[in-house]
Amino acid sequence: MACFIVSAAEAAVVTVVKKTEEKKETNINDEEKVNGTIPLSKKLGWLSNMLWGGSALLAFEHVWHGEVVTWFPFLTAMADKKETIEMLKEMGTVGVSMAVLVTVVWAIICAGAEHLEKSGRNEVSEIDTVD
Amino acid sequence: MTLLISIFATIIATIKWYTAKDNRMQIGTLVLMYLGASLMWLVDAVFEYVEMGEAYFTPAPMDMLNDAFLGLSVVALGLVIWIVRLIIKQPKKIG
Repeated sequence: MACFIVSAAEAAVVTVVKKTEEKKETNINDEEKVNGTIPLSKKLGWLSNMLWGGSALLAFEHVWHGEVVTWFPFLTAMADKKETIEMLKEMGTVGVSMAVLVTVVWAIICAGAEHLEKSGRNEVSEIDTVD
Repeated sequence: MTLLISIFATIIATIKWYTAKDNRMQIGTLVLMYLGASLMWLVDAVFEYVEMGEAYFTPAPMDMLNDAFLGLSVVALGLVIWIVRLIIKQPKKIG
């Protein structure tokens, strides 16, 4: 009914946090950037893309099924009180589960990227020791 | 059907991203978009399965056709969003 709204709301929060983090990172000098790991703003960008992209495509599905319309209040379930309650229940179960799963998968991707980067750095330091 | 089509789109985009020589085309954005949508539809499918039981795996032919049409439209929309974003963020220098 409107489960994508939960992910879209999380996406909005993540985008704001990402912008704030980007501002912080510009103050860090270049040497630290080279030695450091993947910046948090970049990782948040991945989550933002997953959430915005997923929400947009799911919103399209809801338009397809006639659950989202172009006139106020934009959600057909809002016209009836009983349906509104059902919609809110769905947002609390399906919507929250969607946001949680996307965030968990993002955390796994971040952990994998960190691991790959760390093993890559170790290889470089081994080469440096040989030289 | 929509879930299946979006999963295949994610896999194809991931292969393209993995074999790409550089990040000029920003295929990673497309991968993340399709991955996000696939995960969301997966959750939707799980909830539907819990509600419907085995009937979830035997949809009516017309429903399947409609879902397949929707899945392809979703893939097309994802590509449109990706191309528009690519042109805005990384316009090709002319001249």
